[in-house]
Amino acid sequence: MAKEFAAGDRVRVREDFPPGHIRTPVYVRGKAGVVTRALGAFPNPEVLALGRDGLPKKALYEVRFRQKDLWPDYAGPASDTLDIDIYEHWLAKI
Amino acid sequence: MRGPHDVGGLAAGPVDTEPHAMTFWEKQIDALNVLLAQKGFRKTDENRRYIEMLGDDAYNTLSYYERWTAALARQLIDKGVVTQDEIDARVAEIRNRLGADAA
Repeated sequence: MAKEFAAGDRVRVREDFPPGHIRTPVYVRGKAGVVTRALGAFPNPEVLALGRDGLPKKALYEVRFRQKDLWPDYAGPASDTLDIDIYEHWLAKI
Repeated sequence: MRGPHDVGGLAAGPVDTEPHAMTFWEKQIDALNVLLAQKGFRKTDENRRYIEMLGDDAYNTLSYYERWTAALARQLIDKGVVTQDEIDARVAEIRNRLGADAA
């Protein structure tokens, strides 16, 4: 079932390292951020990568992270953020 | 498991941002790639998976279109479109035609 997230929800990215074609970069796995908007539902690229139809579609969300949460030695302003698109099955509400 | 493409945050050298003109064989691979998608033999995400499966050494040694070529060859073999023997025979034939310089 599709998980519903809304703008403002605090979420954590699954800390998992499965084989295959994964669109969730390693540097963001296990990190906490905030959903900024829902982008719609799309065929799952992890399934498309196996040559199949990618169904059921997965909801994609734009999630905002604080740069200093991603990089331990981040030297820029504490207000710097990074927005990245992440599929629902990689997110859990905090 | 971290694929060779997933380098965010790792130490890396400078990025070459100069545009490069495409060679004829690169255009051929590009065209073949489009044609195979139109015929339903491959999907973009599938291409990505095959490229990411090349392994660290090949991924970091091959050029962009060489990766495409290696990944497409593997896909077409896996799907039974061509065999490795057919590819080897064709490469030998082309090398023979072009002479020893191409070997």
